[in-house]
Amino acid sequence: MERQNPLFRLFLHVAALLLAAVILAPLLWLFVMSISPAADLAAKPLRWWPATMDFSRYATLLSTLENSAGAAFTASLRNSLMVAGMATVAAVALAVPAGWAVSRTPSVGWSLSLVIATYMLPPVALAVPLYMALAKFGLLNNVFGLALVYLTILAPFTTWLMKSGFDGIPREIEQAAVIDGASLWQTLRIITLPLAMPVVATSALFAFLLGWDEFFYALLFTSDQRAKTLTVAIADLAGGRVSDYGLIATAGVLAALPPVLIGLVMQRALISGLTAGGVKG
Amino acid sequence: MSGTWITTRAWLLMLPLLIVMVAVIGWPLADTVQLSFTDARLVGTSGSYVGFDNYVRLVSGNAFGRTLFTTTFFALVVVTTEMVFGVLAALLLNQQFRGRTLLRALMILPWALPTVVNATLWRLIYNPEYGALNAALTQLGLISGYRSWLGEPGTALAALIVADCWKNFPLVALIALAALQAVPRDVVAASFVDGAGAFARFRFVTLPYLAGPLMVALVLRTIEAFKVFDIIWVMTRGGPANSTRTMSILVYQEAFSFQRAGSGASLALIVTLIITVLAVAYGTMVKKVAGSAA
Repeated sequence: MERQNPLFRLFLHVAALLLAAVILAPLLWLFVMSISPAADLAAKPLRWWPATMDFSRYATLLSTLENSAGAAFTASLRNSLMVAGMATVAAVALAVPAGWAVSRTPSVGWSLSLVIATYMLPPVALAVPLYMALAKFGLLNNVFGLALVYLTILAPFTTWLMKSGFDGIPREIEQAAVIDGASLWQTLRIITLPLAMPVVATSALFAFLLGWDEFFYALLFTSDQRAKTLTVAIADLAGGRVSDYGLIATAGVLAALPPVLIGLVMQRALISGLTAGGVKG
Repeated sequence: MSGTWITTRAWLLMLPLLIVMVAVIGWPLADTVQLSFTDARLVGTSGSYVGFDNYVRLVSGNAFGRTLFTTTFFALVVVTTEMVFGVLAALLLNQQFRGRTLLRALMILPWALPTVVNATLWRLIYNPEYGALNAALTQLGLISGYRSWLGEPGTALAALIVADCWKNFPLVALIALAALQAVPRDVVAASFVDGAGAFARFRFVTLPYLAGPLMVALVLRTIEAFKVFDIIWVMTRGGPANSTRTMSILVYQEAFSFQRAGSGASLALIVTLIITVLAVAYGTMVKKVAGSAA
Protein backbone atom coordinates (compact mmCIF):
# COMPACT_ATOMS: atom_id res chain seq x y z
CA MET A 1 0.00 0.00 0.00
CA GLU A 2 1.03 3.59 0.55
CA ARG A 3 4.68 4.16 1.28
CA GLN A 4 4.83 6.45 4.26
CA ASN A 5 7.38 9.17 3.97
CA PRO A 6 9.43 9.93 7.13
CA LEU A 7 7.82 13.34 7.57
CA PHE A 8 4.37 11.76 7.64
CA ARG A 9 5.56 9.15 10.13
CA LEU A 10 6.94 11.88 12.37
CA PHE A 11 3.64 13.76 12.14
CA LEU A 12 1.73 10.60 13.08
CA HIS A 13 3.83 10.04 16.17
CA VAL A 14 3.63 13.65 17.31
CA ALA A 15 -0.14 13.62 16.86
CA ALA A 16 -0.43 10.32 18.73
CA LEU A 17 1.63 11.65 21.63
CA LEU A 18 -0.46 14.81 21.72
CA LEU A 19 -3.69 12.80 21.80
CA ALA A 20 -2.34 10.57 24.57
CA ALA A 21 -1.33 13.65 26.59
CA VAL A 22 -4.76 15.26 26.16
CA ILE A 23 -6.50 12.09 27.34
CA LEU A 24 -4.13 11.24 30.18
CA ALA A 25 -3.16 14.58 31.71
CA PRO A 26 -6.47 15.33 33.48
CA LEU A 27 -6.78 11.72 34.69
CA LEU A 28 -3.22 11.59 36.00
CA TRP A 29 -3.76 14.91 37.73
CA LEU A 30 -6.83 13.53 39.51
CA PHE A 31 -4.69 10.68 40.83
CA VAL A 32 -1.77 12.96 41.76
CA MET A 33 -4.14 15.22 43.70
CA SER A 34 -5.42 12.20 45.61
CA ILE A 35 -1.92 11.27 46.85
CA SER A 36 -0.46 14.76 47.38
CA PRO A 37 -0.28 16.20 50.89
CA ALA A 38 -2.68 19.14 51.28
CA ALA A 39 0.25 21.56 51.61
CA ASP A 40 1.62 20.55 48.19
CA LEU A 41 -1.75 21.20 46.55
CA ALA A 42 -1.95 24.68 48.05
CA ALA A 43 1.67 25.56 47.24
CA LYS A 44 2.57 28.36 44.84
CA PRO A 45 4.12 27.55 42.49
CA LEU A 46 2.11 24.38 42.45
CA ARG A 47 4.01 21.16 43.15
CA TRP A 48 3.18 18.80 40.25
CA TRP A 49 4.42 15.65 41.97
CA PRO A 50 4.33 15.14 45.75
CA ALA A 51 7.61 14.88 47.66
CA THR A 52 6.07 12.04 49.63
CA MET A 53 3.11 10.08 48.37
CA ASP A 54 0.23 10.08 50.79
CA PHE A 55 -2.34 7.32 50.41
CA SER A 56 -4.03 8.04 53.74
CA ARG A 57 -7.10 9.61 52.13
CA TYR A 58 -8.03 6.26 50.60
CA ALA A 59 -8.02 4.73 54.07
CA THR A 60 -10.02 7.69 55.41
CA LEU A 61 -12.75 7.33 52.81
CA LEU A 62 -12.98 3.57 53.01
CA SER A 63 -13.13 3.40 56.80
CA THR A 64 -16.51 2.60 58.25
CA LEU A 65 -16.04 4.34 61.60
CA GLU A 66 -19.29 5.93 62.65
CA ASN A 67 -19.79 9.63 61.84
CA SER A 68 -16.51 9.80 59.94
CA ALA A 69 -16.14 11.12 56.38
CA GLY A 70 -15.59 7.47 55.50
CA ALA A 71 -18.96 6.38 56.87
CA ALA A 72 -20.81 8.76 54.54
CA PHE A 73 -18.67 7.71 51.62
CA THR A 74 -18.98 3.95 52.13
CA ALA A 75 -22.73 4.34 52.64
CA SER A 76 -23.02 6.10 49.28
CA LEU A 77 -20.81 3.44 47.69
CA ARG A 78 -23.15 0.76 48.99
CA ASN A 79 -26.22 2.70 47.81
CA SER A 80 -24.76 3.14 44.32
CA LEU A 81 -23.98 -0.58 44.09
CA MET A 82 -27.48 -1.49 45.25
CA VAL A 83 -29.40 0.98 43.08
CA ALA A 84 -27.37 0.35 39.92
CA GLY A 85 -27.35 -3.40 40.58
CA MET A 86 -31.08 -3.74 41.19
CA ALA A 87 -31.99 -1.50 38.27
CA THR A 88 -29.66 -3.51 36.00
CA VAL A 89 -31.17 -6.86 36.98
CA ALA A 90 -34.70 -5.52 36.49
CA ALA A 91 -33.86 -3.86 33.17
CA VAL A 92 -32.26 -7.00 31.73
CA ALA A 93 -35.15 -9.16 32.96
CA LEU A 94 -37.57 -6.87 31.11
CA ALA A 95 -35.35 -6.50 28.05
CA VAL A 96 -34.64 -10.16 27.23
CA PRO A 97 -38.22 -11.28 26.47
CA ALA A 98 -39.17 -7.92 24.93
CA GLY A 99 -36.03 -7.79 22.78
CA TRP A 100 -36.59 -11.32 21.51
CA ALA A 101 -40.25 -10.64 20.76
CA VAL A 102 -39.46 -7.55 18.67
CA SER A 103 -36.57 -9.25 16.91
CA ARG A 104 -38.71 -12.22 15.82
CA THR A 105 -42.01 -10.40 15.33
CA PRO A 106 -41.30 -7.17 13.42
CA SER A 107 -45.00 -6.25 13.42
CA VAL A 108 -44.77 -5.23 17.10
CA GLY A 109 -41.56 -3.25 16.49
CA TRP A 110 -43.34 0.10 16.58
CA SER A 111 -43.89 -0.29 20.31
CA LEU A 112 -40.14 -0.61 20.86
CA SER A 113 -39.57 2.47 18.69
CA LEU A 114 -41.97 4.28 20.99
CA VAL A 115 -40.08 3.07 24.05
CA ILE A 116 -36.75 4.14 22.54
CA ALA A 117 -38.15 7.53 21.53
CA THR A 118 -38.51 8.29 25.25
CA TYR A 119 -34.73 8.79 25.13
CA MET A 120 -35.53 12.26 23.80
CA LEU A 121 -37.43 13.14 26.96
CA PRO A 122 -35.33 15.23 29.31
CA PRO A 123 -35.56 13.76 32.83
CA VAL A 124 -36.97 17.10 33.98
CA ALA A 125 -40.15 16.29 32.00
CA LEU A 126 -40.85 13.35 34.34
CA ALA A 127 -39.27 14.62 37.54
CA VAL A 128 -42.19 16.44 39.18
CA PRO A 129 -44.81 13.64 38.91
CA LEU A 130 -42.19 11.05 39.86
CA TYR A 131 -41.26 13.12 42.90
CA MET A 132 -44.91 13.41 43.97
CA ALA A 133 -45.55 9.70 43.39
CA LEU A 134 -42.47 8.59 45.31
CA ALA A 135 -43.47 10.90 48.15
CA LYS A 136 -46.96 9.40 48.19
CA PHE A 137 -45.68 5.81 48.41
CA GLY A 138 -42.99 6.68 50.96
CA LEU A 139 -40.24 5.85 48.45
CA LEU A 140 -38.37 9.15 48.53
CA ASN A 141 -34.84 8.72 49.88
CA ASN A 142 -35.15 5.00 49.27
CA VAL A 143 -32.87 2.77 47.17
CA PHE A 144 -35.80 0.73 45.82
CA GLY A 145 -37.66 3.85 44.71
CA LEU A 146 -34.54 5.20 43.01
CA ALA A 147 -33.85 1.88 41.25
CA LEU A 148 -37.42 1.90 39.94
CA VAL A 149 -36.95 5.41 38.56
CA TYR A 150 -33.66 4.36 36.93
CA LEU A 151 -35.64 1.94 34.77
CA THR A 152 -36.81 4.99 32.78
CA ILE A 153 -33.23 5.21 31.48
CA LEU A 154 -31.97 1.62 31.65
CA ALA A 155 -34.90 -0.40 30.32
CA PRO A 156 -35.29 1.22 26.86
CA PHE A 157 -31.54 1.09 26.33
CA THR A 158 -31.08 -2.57 27.28
CA THR A 159 -34.12 -3.61 25.21
CA TRP A 160 -32.62 -1.90 22.20
CA LEU A 161 -29.28 -3.68 22.71
CA MET A 162 -30.98 -7.04 23.27
CA LYS A 163 -33.09 -6.62 20.15
CA SER A 164 -30.05 -6.01 17.96
CA GLY A 165 -28.32 -8.92 19.72
CA PHE A 166 -31.16 -11.33 18.90
CA ASP A 167 -31.18 -9.97 15.33
CA GLY A 168 -27.67 -11.39 15.04
CA ILE A 169 -28.79 -14.90 15.98
CA PRO A 170 -30.24 -16.64 12.89
CA ARG A 171 -33.85 -17.65 13.48
CA GLU A 172 -33.16 -20.72 11.30
CA ILE A 173 -31.37 -22.28 14.30
CA GLU A 174 -34.53 -21.88 16.37
CA GLN A 175 -36.70 -23.22 13.54
CA ALA A 176 -34.46 -26.26 13.18
CA ALA A 177 -34.84 -27.03 16.88
CA VAL A 178 -38.62 -26.67 16.65
CA ILE A 179 -38.70 -29.06 13.68
CA ASP A 180 -36.69 -31.54 15.72
CA GLY A 181 -39.52 -31.49 18.24
CA ALA A 182 -38.34 -28.99 20.83
CA SER A 183 -41.01 -26.76 22.30
CA LEU A 184 -40.52 -23.03 21.91
CA TRP A 185 -39.47 -22.62 25.54
CA GLN A 186 -36.96 -25.46 25.25
CA THR A 187 -35.59 -23.85 22.10
CA LEU A 188 -35.17 -20.50 23.81
CA ARG A 189 -33.61 -22.03 26.90
CA ILE A 190 -31.26 -24.48 25.17
CA ILE A 191 -30.44 -22.68 21.90
CA THR A 192 -31.19 -18.97 21.89
CA LEU A 193 -30.36 -17.79 25.39
CA PRO A 194 -26.92 -19.42 25.55
CA LEU A 195 -26.09 -17.83 22.18
CA ALA A 196 -27.35 -14.48 23.46
CA MET A 197 -25.35 -14.55 26.69
CA PRO A 198 -22.58 -12.24 25.41
CA VAL A 199 -25.20 -9.64 24.46
CA VAL A 200 -26.96 -10.08 27.81
CA ALA A 201 -23.62 -9.46 29.53
CA THR A 202 -22.86 -6.38 27.42
CA SER A 203 -26.35 -4.99 28.03
CA ALA A 204 -26.01 -5.59 31.75
CA LEU A 205 -22.64 -3.81 31.82
CA PHE A 206 -24.01 -0.83 29.92
CA ALA A 207 -27.01 -0.69 32.21
CA PHE A 208 -24.81 -0.84 35.29
CA LEU A 209 -22.57 1.94 33.97
CA LEU A 210 -25.64 4.11 33.24
CA GLY A 211 -26.99 3.48 36.74
CA TRP A 212 -23.61 4.15 38.34
CA ASP A 213 -23.34 7.41 36.37
CA GLU A 214 -26.84 8.72 37.06
CA PHE A 215 -27.01 12.00 38.98
CA PHE A 216 -30.16 14.00 38.28
CA TYR A 217 -32.77 11.70 39.80
CA ALA A 218 -30.46 10.77 42.68
CA LEU A 219 -29.97 14.47 43.47
CA LEU A 220 -33.74 15.05 43.56
CA PHE A 221 -34.97 11.90 45.22
CA THR A 222 -32.38 11.18 47.94
CA SER A 223 -31.46 13.22 50.97
CA ASP A 224 -29.24 11.26 53.35
CA GLN A 225 -27.03 8.23 53.87
CA ARG A 226 -29.93 5.82 53.55
CA ALA A 227 -30.14 6.35 49.79
CA LYS A 228 -27.67 9.02 48.60
CA THR A 229 -25.59 7.61 45.76
CA LEU A 230 -21.92 8.14 45.03
CA THR A 231 -22.53 10.78 42.37
CA VAL A 232 -24.53 12.90 44.81
CA ALA A 233 -21.96 12.36 47.57
CA ILE A 234 -19.17 13.56 45.26
CA ALA A 235 -21.17 16.56 44.08
CA ASP A 236 -21.77 17.41 47.76
CA LEU A 237 -18.03 17.19 48.44
CA ALA A 238 -17.17 19.29 45.37
CA GLY A 239 -19.74 21.96 46.18
CA GLY A 240 -19.25 21.93 49.94
CA ARG A 241 -16.70 23.51 52.21
CA VAL A 242 -14.18 20.69 52.14
CA SER A 243 -10.81 22.38 52.43
CA ASP A 244 -8.77 19.37 51.33
CA TYR A 245 -9.07 19.10 47.55
CA GLY A 246 -7.12 15.86 47.71
CA LEU A 247 -10.04 14.24 49.51
CA ILE A 248 -12.44 15.25 46.73
CA ALA A 249 -9.99 13.86 44.18
CA THR A 250 -9.72 10.59 46.11
CA ALA A 251 -13.50 10.20 46.13
CA GLY A 252 -13.41 10.82 42.39
CA VAL A 253 -10.76 8.16 41.80
CA LEU A 254 -12.67 5.59 43.85
CA ALA A 255 -15.96 6.35 42.06
CA ALA A 256 -14.26 6.17 38.67
CA LEU A 257 -12.43 2.92 39.36
CA PRO A 258 -15.26 0.40 38.74
CA PRO A 259 -16.47 1.87 35.41
CA VAL A 260 -12.92 2.51 34.20
CA LEU A 261 -11.91 -1.09 34.96
CA ILE A 262 -15.06 -2.39 33.27
CA GLY A 263 -14.28 -0.15 30.30
CA LEU A 264 -10.72 -1.38 29.95
CA VAL A 265 -11.42 -5.08 30.44
CA MET A 266 -14.58 -5.19 28.35
CA GLN A 267 -13.34 -2.81 25.70
CA ARG A 268 -14.07 -4.97 22.69
CA ALA A 269 -17.58 -5.88 23.79
CA LEU A 270 -18.37 -2.30 24.78
CA ILE A 271 -17.21 -0.86 21.47
CA SER A 272 -19.21 -3.35 19.45
CA GLY A 273 -22.19 -2.57 21.66
CA LEU A 274 -21.65 1.15 21.13
CA THR A 275 -21.59 0.80 17.38
CA ALA A 276 -24.43 -1.70 17.19
CA GLY A 277 -26.80 -0.11 19.63
CA GLY A 278 -25.79 3.48 19.10
CA VAL A 279 -24.35 5.41 22.00
CA LYS A 280 -24.54 5.49 25.75
CA GLY A 281 -27.52 7.63 26.68
CA MET B 1 -48.58 -21.72 14.09
CA SER B 2 -50.99 -18.98 13.14
CA GLY B 3 -49.89 -15.38 12.69
CA THR B 4 -52.31 -14.09 15.31
CA TRP B 5 -50.85 -16.36 17.97
CA ILE B 6 -47.31 -15.25 17.10
CA THR B 7 -48.33 -11.59 17.39
CA THR B 8 -50.20 -12.24 20.64
CA ARG B 9 -47.20 -14.09 22.02
CA ALA B 10 -44.94 -11.16 21.11
CA TRP B 11 -47.23 -8.76 22.96
CA LEU B 12 -47.29 -11.04 25.99
CA LEU B 13 -43.49 -11.10 26.08
CA MET B 14 -43.38 -7.32 25.82
CA LEU B 15 -46.07 -6.79 28.42
CA PRO B 16 -43.81 -6.53 31.51
CA LEU B 17 -41.63 -3.92 29.80
CA LEU B 18 -44.63 -1.98 28.53
CA ILE B 19 -46.32 -1.97 31.94
CA VAL B 20 -43.18 -0.63 33.62
CA MET B 21 -42.67 1.96 30.88
CA VAL B 22 -46.25 3.20 31.22
CA ALA B 23 -45.82 3.40 35.00
CA VAL B 24 -42.51 5.24 35.10
CA ILE B 25 -42.61 7.22 31.82
CA GLY B 26 -46.08 7.30 30.25
CA TRP B 27 -48.05 8.21 33.31
CA PRO B 28 -45.58 10.81 34.66
CA LEU B 29 -45.41 12.44 31.24
CA ALA B 30 -49.21 12.65 31.05
CA ASP B 31 -49.23 14.09 34.56
CA THR B 32 -46.62 16.68 33.55
CA VAL B 33 -48.87 17.75 30.68
CA GLN B 34 -51.80 18.10 33.07
CA LEU B 35 -49.68 19.96 35.66
CA SER B 36 -48.42 22.39 33.04
CA PHE B 37 -51.91 23.91 32.80
CA THR B 38 -52.15 24.51 36.55
CA ASP B 39 -50.49 26.71 39.13
CA ALA B 40 -49.65 23.67 41.31
CA ARG B 41 -46.88 23.95 43.89
CA LEU B 42 -44.40 21.13 44.49
CA VAL B 43 -45.80 20.50 47.97
CA GLY B 44 -49.19 21.44 49.34
CA THR B 45 -51.71 22.78 46.86
CA SER B 46 -52.54 20.74 43.78
CA GLY B 47 -53.33 24.01 42.02
CA SER B 48 -56.14 25.14 39.78
CA TYR B 49 -56.50 25.25 36.01
CA VAL B 50 -54.85 28.30 34.47
CA GLY B 51 -54.92 27.39 30.76
CA PHE B 52 -51.85 28.45 28.82
CA ASP B 53 -50.84 31.11 31.37
CA ASN B 54 -47.63 29.29 32.35
CA TYR B 55 -46.52 28.93 28.76
CA VAL B 56 -47.27 32.54 27.86
CA ARG B 57 -45.57 33.91 30.96
CA LEU B 58 -42.47 31.73 30.48
CA VAL B 59 -41.95 32.37 26.80
CA SER B 60 -42.43 36.13 27.20
CA GLY B 61 -40.17 36.30 30.27
CA ASN B 62 -36.56 37.29 29.69
CA ALA B 63 -34.98 34.22 31.31
CA PHE B 64 -36.39 31.93 28.62
CA GLY B 65 -34.84 33.53 25.55
CA ARG B 66 -31.47 33.92 27.15
CA THR B 67 -31.44 30.35 28.49
CA LEU B 68 -32.52 28.94 25.13
CA PHE B 69 -29.68 30.85 23.50
CA THR B 70 -27.14 29.58 26.04
CA THR B 71 -28.34 26.00 25.59
CA THR B 72 -28.27 26.20 21.79
CA PHE B 73 -24.83 27.77 21.84
CA PHE B 74 -23.52 25.11 24.23
CA ALA B 75 -24.99 22.25 22.18
CA LEU B 76 -23.78 23.67 18.87
CA VAL B 77 -20.20 24.24 20.04
CA VAL B 78 -19.71 20.99 21.97
CA VAL B 79 -21.25 18.79 19.28
CA THR B 80 -19.28 20.44 16.45
CA THR B 81 -16.02 20.28 18.39
CA GLU B 82 -16.58 16.66 19.41
CA MET B 83 -17.38 15.65 15.82
CA VAL B 84 -14.30 17.35 14.37
CA PHE B 85 -11.85 16.12 16.99
CA GLY B 86 -13.51 12.70 17.14
CA VAL B 87 -13.09 12.15 13.39
CA LEU B 88 -9.51 13.48 13.44
CA ALA B 89 -8.61 11.14 16.32
CA ALA B 90 -10.25 8.22 14.51
CA LEU B 91 -8.30 8.94 11.30
CA LEU B 92 -5.13 8.97 13.38
CA LEU B 93 -6.00 5.72 15.19
CA ASN B 94 -6.74 4.08 11.84
CA GLN B 95 -3.09 4.55 10.78
CA GLN B 96 -0.30 2.09 11.51
CA PHE B 97 2.07 3.17 14.27
CA ARG B 98 3.55 1.72 17.40
CA GLY B 99 1.39 2.07 20.51
CA ARG B 100 -1.82 2.41 18.53
CA THR B 101 -3.58 -0.40 20.43
CA LEU B 102 -2.67 1.21 23.74
CA LEU B 103 -3.84 4.64 22.58
CA ARG B 104 -7.13 3.14 21.43
CA ALA B 105 -7.57 1.56 24.86
CA LEU B 106 -6.95 4.94 26.52
CA MET B 107 -9.79 6.49 24.51
CA ILE B 108 -12.31 4.53 26.54
CA LEU B 109 -11.20 6.21 29.79
CA PRO B 110 -12.90 9.62 29.48
CA TRP B 111 -16.06 7.89 28.28
CA ALA B 112 -16.04 5.51 31.27
CA LEU B 113 -15.35 8.28 33.80
CA PRO B 114 -18.64 9.14 35.54
CA THR B 115 -20.00 12.53 34.42
CA VAL B 116 -20.02 13.86 37.97
CA VAL B 117 -16.40 12.81 38.52
CA ASN B 118 -15.46 14.52 35.26
CA ALA B 119 -17.22 17.70 36.37
CA THR B 120 -15.52 17.54 39.78
CA LEU B 121 -12.12 16.95 38.19
CA TRP B 122 -12.43 19.98 35.94
CA ARG B 123 -13.81 22.08 38.77
CA LEU B 124 -10.60 21.32 40.66
CA ILE B 125 -8.47 22.05 37.58
CA TYR B 126 -10.19 25.45 37.17
CA ASN B 127 -9.96 26.30 40.89
CA PRO B 128 -9.21 30.04 41.23
CA GLU B 129 -6.69 29.65 44.07
CA TYR B 130 -5.04 26.25 43.69
CA GLY B 131 -6.15 25.00 40.29
CA ALA B 132 -3.77 23.26 37.91
CA LEU B 133 -4.81 25.42 34.94
CA ASN B 134 -3.87 28.63 36.72
CA ALA B 135 -0.61 27.08 37.90
CA ALA B 136 0.32 25.75 34.47
CA LEU B 137 -0.53 28.96 32.60
CA THR B 138 1.30 31.09 35.17
CA GLN B 139 4.38 28.89 35.15
CA LEU B 140 4.42 29.03 31.35
CA GLY B 141 4.13 32.81 31.55
CA LEU B 142 0.86 32.88 29.59
CA ILE B 143 -1.15 34.69 32.28
CA SER B 144 0.16 37.11 34.88
CA GLY B 145 -2.23 36.30 37.73
CA TYR B 146 -4.61 33.55 38.81
CA ARG B 147 -8.10 33.82 37.36
CA SER B 148 -11.48 32.53 38.41
CA TRP B 149 -12.33 30.57 35.25
CA LEU B 150 -15.71 29.38 36.49
CA GLY B 151 -16.41 32.55 38.48
CA GLU B 152 -16.41 35.01 35.59
CA PRO B 153 -19.34 35.14 33.14
CA GLY B 154 -16.86 35.66 30.29
CA THR B 155 -15.02 32.36 30.73
CA ALA B 156 -17.37 30.03 32.64
CA LEU B 157 -19.27 28.69 29.62
CA ALA B 158 -16.08 28.15 27.62
CA ALA B 159 -14.55 26.30 30.58
CA LEU B 160 -17.62 24.04 30.74
CA ILE B 161 -17.46 23.40 27.00
CA VAL B 162 -13.84 22.25 27.24
CA ALA B 163 -14.70 19.87 30.09
CA ASP B 164 -17.67 18.42 28.19
CA CYS B 165 -15.73 18.00 24.94
CA TRP B 166 -12.85 16.25 26.69
CA LYS B 167 -15.24 13.63 28.06
CA ASN B 168 -17.26 13.08 24.90
CA PHE B 169 -15.00 13.39 21.85
CA PRO B 170 -13.36 9.96 22.49
CA LEU B 171 -16.78 8.34 22.10
CA VAL B 172 -17.23 9.95 18.68
CA ALA B 173 -13.68 8.82 17.87
CA LEU B 174 -14.44 5.19 18.80
CA ILE B 175 -17.64 5.18 16.72
CA ALA B 176 -15.86 6.76 13.76
CA LEU B 177 -12.95 4.32 14.11
CA ALA B 178 -15.28 1.33 13.99
CA ALA B 179 -16.82 2.77 10.82
CA LEU B 180 -13.38 3.39 9.28
CA GLN B 181 -12.39 -0.19 9.89
CA ALA B 182 -15.43 -1.29 7.92
CA VAL B 183 -14.08 0.37 4.76
CA PRO B 184 -13.05 -2.54 2.51
CA ARG B 185 -9.33 -2.60 1.80
CA ASP B 186 -9.75 -3.37 -1.88
CA VAL B 187 -11.82 -0.22 -2.34
CA VAL B 188 -8.99 1.83 -0.85
CA ALA B 189 -6.47 -0.04 -2.99
CA ALA B 190 -8.54 0.62 -6.10
CA SER B 191 -8.60 4.34 -5.34
CA PHE B 192 -4.79 4.28 -5.22
CA VAL B 193 -4.66 2.60 -8.60
CA ASP B 194 -7.02 5.24 -9.92
CA GLY B 195 -4.63 7.89 -8.63
CA ALA B 196 -6.89 9.52 -6.05
CA GLY B 197 -5.17 12.02 -3.72
CA ALA B 198 -5.50 11.91 0.04
CA PHE B 199 -8.36 14.42 0.11
CA ALA B 200 -10.28 12.83 -2.76
CA ARG B 201 -9.85 9.47 -1.04
CA PHE B 202 -11.31 10.81 2.19
CA ARG B 203 -14.18 12.57 0.44
CA PHE B 204 -15.24 9.81 -1.96
CA VAL B 205 -14.03 6.56 -0.40
CA THR B 206 -13.97 7.02 3.38
CA LEU B 207 -16.68 9.59 4.07
CA PRO B 208 -19.57 7.53 2.65
CA TYR B 209 -18.75 4.80 5.16
CA LEU B 210 -18.46 7.31 7.99
CA ALA B 211 -21.60 9.29 7.19
CA GLY B 212 -24.20 6.89 8.62
CA PRO B 213 -22.60 6.15 12.01
CA LEU B 214 -21.53 9.79 12.38
CA MET B 215 -25.08 11.02 11.76
CA VAL B 216 -26.35 8.71 14.49
CA ALA B 217 -23.66 9.99 16.87
CA LEU B 218 -24.54 13.55 15.87
CA VAL B 219 -28.23 13.08 16.63
CA LEU B 220 -27.65 11.41 19.98
CA ARG B 221 -24.97 13.87 21.10
CA THR B 222 -27.13 16.84 20.11
CA ILE B 223 -30.07 15.50 22.11
CA GLU B 224 -27.80 14.91 25.11
CA ALA B 225 -26.15 18.32 24.83
CA PHE B 226 -29.58 19.94 24.74
CA LYS B 227 -30.64 18.05 27.87
CA VAL B 228 -27.36 18.80 29.69
CA PHE B 229 -27.68 19.09 33.46
CA ASP B 230 -25.13 17.11 35.48
CA ILE B 231 -21.86 18.72 34.41
CA ILE B 232 -23.28 22.22 34.70
CA TRP B 233 -24.93 21.62 38.04
CA VAL B 234 -21.71 20.30 39.58
CA MET B 235 -19.42 22.92 38.05
CA THR B 236 -21.39 26.19 38.18
CA ARG B 237 -25.07 25.54 39.05
CA GLY B 238 -25.89 27.78 36.09
CA GLY B 239 -23.89 30.76 37.40
CA PRO B 240 -22.15 33.16 37.51
CA ALA B 241 -24.92 35.65 36.74
CA ASN B 242 -26.83 32.84 34.96
CA SER B 243 -24.20 32.78 32.21
CA THR B 244 -24.14 28.96 32.11
CA ARG B 245 -27.82 28.33 32.82
CA THR B 246 -29.23 25.80 30.36
CA MET B 247 -32.85 24.72 29.90
CA SER B 248 -32.63 21.74 32.26
CA ILE B 249 -31.11 23.93 34.98
CA LEU B 250 -33.89 26.50 34.48
CA VAL B 251 -36.55 23.79 34.81
CA TYR B 252 -34.87 22.49 37.96
CA GLN B 253 -34.85 25.98 39.49
CA GLU B 254 -38.47 26.65 38.54
CA ALA B 255 -39.88 23.31 39.71
CA PHE B 256 -37.65 22.43 42.65
CA SER B 257 -35.86 25.57 43.92
CA PHE B 258 -38.93 27.83 43.60
CA GLN B 259 -41.30 24.85 43.97
CA ARG B 260 -43.50 26.08 41.11
CA ALA B 261 -44.43 22.62 39.84
CA GLY B 262 -46.97 23.92 37.32
CA SER B 263 -44.75 26.32 35.45
CA GLY B 264 -41.78 23.96 35.82
CA ALA B 265 -43.86 21.34 34.00
CA SER B 266 -44.68 23.77 31.18
CA LEU B 267 -41.03 24.60 30.79
CA ALA B 268 -40.04 20.93 30.75
CA LEU B 269 -42.58 20.30 27.99
CA ILE B 270 -41.25 23.19 25.92
CA VAL B 271 -37.77 21.63 26.20
CA THR B 272 -39.21 18.25 25.19
CA LEU B 273 -40.91 19.84 22.19
CA ILE B 274 -37.69 21.51 21.03
CA ILE B 275 -35.76 18.24 21.34
CA THR B 276 -38.47 16.35 19.46
CA VAL B 277 -38.42 18.87 16.60
CA LEU B 278 -34.61 18.63 16.49
CA ALA B 279 -34.70 14.84 16.50
CA VAL B 280 -37.31 14.62 13.75
CA ALA B 281 -35.41 17.10 11.59
CA TYR B 282 -32.22 15.15 12.13
CA GLY B 283 -33.97 11.83 11.52
CA THR B 284 -35.05 13.05 8.09
CA MET B 285 -31.49 14.13 7.41
CA VAL B 286 -30.09 10.75 8.52
CA LYS B 287 -32.39 8.96 6.08
CA LYS B 288 -31.22 11.26 3.28
CA VAL B 289 -27.52 10.74 4.11
CA ALA B 290 -27.98 6.99 4.45
CA GLY B 291 -29.79 6.97 1.11
CA SER B 292 -27.14 8.95 -0.73
CA ALA B 293 -24.25 7.02 0.82
CA ALA B 294 -25.63 3.67 -0.30
